Amino acid sequence: MANGSLANEVSYLEYQGKHKGIMGWLLSVDHKRIGLMYLMGIMIFFFVAMTLGVMMRLEMLTPGETIMKPQTYNSVFTLHGVIMVFLFIIPAIPAVFGNFMLPIQIGAKDVAFPRLNLFSWYLYMVGAILAIVSLFIGDGPADTGWTFYVPYSIRSAQNVSITTMAAFVLGFSSIVTGLNFVVTIHRLRAPGMTWFRMPLFVWGLYATSWIQVLATPVIGITLALIMLERFMGVGVFDPALGGDPILYQHLFWIYSHPAVYIMILPAMGVVSEILPTFSRKDIFGYKQIAISSLGIALIGYLVWGHHMFVSGMSDTSRIVFSLLTFLVAIPTGVKIFNWVATLYKASIKFSAPLYYVLGFIFIFSIGGLTGLVLGALATDIHVTDTYFVVAHFHYVMFGGMGIMFFATMHYWFPKVFGKMYNEKLAIVACTVIIIGFNTLYFPMFIMGYMGMPRRYYDYLPQFQGWHILSTVGSWILVSGIVFMFGNLFYALLKGPKASMNPWGGTTLEWKVPSPPPLENFDEIPIVTGGPYVHDKATYIMYPSKEGINANGGVKTVNQEAAL
Amino acid sequence: MSEQTQTGELAAQAHAAHGDEHAQGHGHNVSYGTYFLVWLGLVALTAVTVTIAGIHLGSLTLITAMLIAAVKTTLVGYHFMHLKYDNVIIKVFVLVCLVIFLTFWILTFSDLSFR
Amino acid sequence: MTEHSEVMHQGESHGGAHVHRDDEGSKMAMWLFLFTELLLFGGLFLLYGAYRFEYADGFKVAAADMNSFIGAVNTIILLTSSLSVALSIAAMQRSQKKLALGMLWFTILCGIAFLINKYFEWSHEIHNGIYPGGPALENMSNGEVLYFGLYYVMTGLHGLHVIIGLIFISVIMVFISRDKITSTNFQKLENAGLYWHLVDVIWIFLFPLFYLLH
Repeated sequence: MANGSLANEVSYLEYQGKHKGIMGWLLSVDHKRIGLMYLMGIMIFFFVAMTLGVMMRLEMLTPGETIMKPQTYNSVFTLHGVIMVFLFIIPAIPAVFGNFMLPIQIGAKDVAFPRLNLFSWYLYMVGAILAIVSLFIGDGPADTGWTFYVPYSIRSAQNVSITTMAAFVLGFSSIVTGLNFVVTIHRLRAPGMTWFRMPLFVWGLYATSWIQVLATPVIGITLALIMLERFMGVGVFDPALGGDPILYQHLFWIYSHPAVYIMILPAMGVVSEILPTFSRKDIFGYKQIAISSLGIALIGYLVWGHHMFVSGMSDTSRIVFSLLTFLVAIPTGVKIFNWVATLYKASIKFSAPLYYVLGFIFIFSIGGLTGLVLGALATDIHVTDTYFVVAHFHYVMFGGMGIMFFATMHYWFPKVFGKMYNEKLAIVACTVIIIGFNTLYFPMFIMGYMGMPRRYYDYLPQFQGWHILSTVGSWILVSGIVFMFGNLFYALLKGPKASMNPWGGTTLEWKVPSPPPLENFDEIPIVTGGPYVHDKATYIMYPSKEGINANGGVKTVNQEAAL
Repeated sequence: MSEQTQTGELAAQAHAAHGDEHAQGHGHNVSYGTYFLVWLGLVALTAVTVTIAGIHLGSLTLITAMLIAAVKTTLVGYHFMHLKYDNVIIKVFVLVCLVIFLTFWILTFSDLSFR
Repeated sequence: MTEHSEVMHQGESHGGAHVHRDDEGSKMAMWLFLFTELLLFGGLFLLYGAYRFEYADGFKVAAADMNSFIGAVNTIILLTSSLSVALSIAAMQRSQKKLALGMLWFTILCGIAFLINKYFEWSHEIHNGIYPGGPALENMSNGEVLYFGLYYVMTGLHGLHVIIGLIFISVIMVFISRDKITSTNFQKLENAGLYWHLVDVIWIFLFPLFYLLH
């Protein structure tokens, strides 16, 4: 088994294969390099969409036209949504850190289909380029909102077709990644890595991947139908020809609600990684957290109608969906309580990633609890299409997934790049981000409750105080984010070398060098225990040296070593 | 998660993880005749579905047509697509997919049929 | 299977790929891919169900225009092609390379015959002005317009899958003739078969839904 020692003498960053330089990346099928290529793309689009968001906040600084015309504002919020959702939130954690860590965490040398993995990255880039192209050709970027609701998306003179095409291609990329991960987790776990010995991040990815496979095709066909409607007028969504726009909303949310869990499940997985590491103890309720990931994925399929309470669907359906929506709180609550219980009586080490996680738990709880307001029929009707909704989904999406993405970067940065960043500055950045975040979005709850509608470039003067506060919050938040990235970027160039296991983590990625060698392991390790055991070794990293042959069973039995 | 692992168990796991890959020979060798029989069944069911559509059964027409289509699909899946010989996990996968798909229908029609 | 064990353990070092053969994983991936195809069509079936529920009469009027004989012939053609793919896998398992190739040739002929039939059906409708935005549709009720809209989208997407399936099978035939696929290593052929059967299964549902609504 122990071959490829030549390849494993250098890290994946330095390895020179058949192709040199930039081609060594663009043609690489190594899961770690592909993960980093995703990171490049995702960072660029995050900054583009963040800039659009800041522009929207600037526009809202004063009533009436501040910096842009209403049509521009419509395009800006559409692009902000499309880029954030399809190019950042959905792929960020699974495609970057899932790709990078999943094979290492289960003790594999790569994903099941490395070439398919690279193909998926190219699909992502094609989708991204299409989204950018839609800005510059035709009659200007789409102005429908990221939901592309019919009949407006059929009638709009703007460039909706290319934007939907972009989302279609990105969906395909997401499916391919999901399919790859499911097979990888089923087929490539190291010997002894039973299902309930997998790190919880892997469980999160597993649930996510199933949603990607079983929900994304529905949005694919729905977006394809919009294109067909625009080109040929098939009639399926056109009320003039008997089509039912509410059916479009059904099909759209059949995907897009489960997609919310594509966004948050991997983030929750990372929380379950970071907490036991910095608590110096086993996670509380491992099995419950693992199963609750699948539970969230499953219930995620049953609740899409809560996006449509005022669309005109039947009362029966509204009650059914409202009831089912509250079920999501159960597995989510299981996770939150188990996380907090993990911290109980732990010897906590307050490091930068943990600060982000604590910020996440605080912000996500606000997001989750305001979700109950939206899940309940009566209150939802009052706040539908107001800033309350905008605030809610920014608390769960940005506050949940976004903050956890930052936490993930800080947690795995030393492993991915082999460098250490300035932790004090990272904590300062985290504090600024969390203050800025709440200053930006909390006023939106209040404005929404008072009746400020979303997606308008103008507003009544009575809201101006809150809008100014919110805009100031956006400046604080952005400076925090820029500061945080600056700190990481500086570490990348000048940071001290990171050790193999700077945090005292217990999962497999902390048992390989930082940065990991090309094939991750010299030998496929054997797993003898759970993922978060701090007081004894649960992995045999060199089975052949211990006299155990992973492929032919145990040659010489060494009970101490096995335990 | 600190499980006590006996070495024997370890060996079994080590073996299980890689063992089934060695059984890649696809043990099933279905006879040509079986496939022909399945095909005959499928053609016969097609004939039945066309015939029944000719009779005026009212609302039952759609139901019978869908039932026959489901039986045909089961035949194709079970025999032609070798689900009969596949590991349990693939069967579970198919079941999960069908249940999710069915859910989409039930919940969508909870709207359409009560409007 | 010793031969395979060696393949397993030769971690290739070019560009970092650890390429190994895993038939079960390959089959699993194919099934997952089929699920995505099923749900892709699933969205359309859901639309069909909703509109048939809403416009039952319009659908019946529109379907009277369909030639259920051609539909039935096409069904038999696809069922037979499914049989020939299954037989070609069985032949491959028995190392009967020529028979396997012959069966795949037959499958391709069936696929082409299906497409030719489809072509004549479509051109007949289009000739009569029945197509999205066509003159004949303007005088029709909403139910009929939606029926034909869905008819073109669903059979069109299905036809596209037939074409993809034919390309898939052609590639597999090249592999077989170059002995890349053998009696112990035929998962690629099996995957092509799975794909072709899915195309067949979708037609099994499309046929009664569009042709048999009398």
